[in-house]
Amino acid sequence: MTTTRRDFLTAAAATAGAAMTPDLNHAHQHEHEHQAVPSDPALRVKALESLLVEKGLVERAALDALVDAYEHKIGPRNGARVVARAWADPAYKTRLLADANDAIAEFGYVSRQGDRMVVLENTPRVHNLIVCTLCSCYPWPVLGLPPVWYKSAPYRSRVVIDPRGVLREFGLELAENVEVRVWDSTAELRYLVLPERPAGTERLSEEELAALVTRDAMVGVAKVVLPSAERQP
Amino acid sequence: MNGIHDMGGMQDMGPIQYEKGEPVFHAPWESRVFAMMLATGAWRKWNLDAFRHTREVLPPADYLRVSYYEQWFSGLLELLVSRGLVTAAEIASGTPAPDAARATPPLTADKIPAALANRIRANRDIQVSPRFQAGQRVRARNINPVGHTRLPRYARGKLGDIHRDHGVFVFPDTNAHFLGEKPQHVYSVRFAARELWGEQAPQKDSVYLDMWDDYLDPA
Repeated sequence: MTTTRRDFLTAAAATAGAAMTPDLNHAHQHEHEHQAVPSDPALRVKALESLLVEKGLVERAALDALVDAYEHKIGPRNGARVVARAWADPAYKTRLLADANDAIAEFGYVSRQGDRMVVLENTPRVHNLIVCTLCSCYPWPVLGLPPVWYKSAPYRSRVVIDPRGVLREFGLELAENVEVRVWDSTAELRYLVLPERPAGTERLSEEELAALVTRDAMVGVAKVVLPSAERQP
Repeated sequence: MNGIHDMGGMQDMGPIQYEKGEPVFHAPWESRVFAMMLATGAWRKWNLDAFRHTREVLPPADYLRVSYYEQWFSGLLELLVSRGLVTAAEIASGTPAPDAARATPPLTADKIPAALANRIRANRDIQVSPRFQAGQRVRARNINPVGHTRLPRYARGKLGDIHRDHGVFVFPDTNAHFLGEKPQHVYSVRFAARELWGEQAPQKDSVYLDMWDDYLDPA
């Protein structure tokens, strides 16, 4: 990717100095004009931040706090705690499946009236997985920001037409009699998969259970496995 | 818009590029673009649908070639200027216009936890009659608007069943273009994989899409 991107950026730098200049060389102009992608992002981003701070449009401390929140506070460990509680506490699981917002709000990850959450339960017969074919919608409050593969063309394009093939690429082979449900996040509902609780975890505490739960399992591209099972060929 | 972003069902895009132990951001500038997008969004000069549309109008080849946060950066610049927070001259020079008054940022560090717990704000607590009920058979409309839409090509004209009613939400096709919120019901609609992809698809598999009233007809 690096070579082609560098070529592109060189070309972009040659065409336009500013992002607002429409790319007039582009062959098919529509009633909306295509945008050019800015070149040299690191420098230009720094310049924009200084400008926005100087104009009083953003507070630098707020930018720092936003970055810190998604780098250190909001991530898949949130979702893992929700999953672990659902495994450990049947009443919580019932609440979670009935009204995910209320149940997740118990942890403070969303407000009751906040981002609309839906939890999908995987079972031995039904396997759910999530995607956003149109952009990159993802349940930020419980999983943080999405990984690059989730936002990229290979996953977004193929997972709706060939979910079993995509899962195989993740190393997950589903039996033919398992029903696969793909959830395309086309609106403002955000989905979280409640993975199956692995066998042999009956004695684990909620905290120990949470440590087993992975981001990929909560997207639905993996199952939760015990570390010992993982080592088996 | 029938753009490259509407890629559900395309093939030959290559293998999944999985990165083990992936960092949240791959460079500091990505994190700053991310934070600036959220912080300037607090001015409420645009909405999430309008932001999505800025990425959709990138030239298709560029959309596929540039990184995700390059797409964001391009969208951020576009919105800042088109919605009047910054001028093109200020971006070019990197300094505020001499006569520009200094603003007070709406999003300050202390407000961030509350803002992040309720970020999207697209649902509307108002009474609108639903056009459909759970269990009802529907057909997704075959529409091809040149503007923003959240009805993917692969579902247009296809038969599905209303799985549940999610309540009332703003309508992206108008909201993205600042033509009004047009609040209406959004439903989870189940489409059999065979309806979407033909007889080679497994019989029991399905795809669920969230669809607004204006995307559906009774069937």
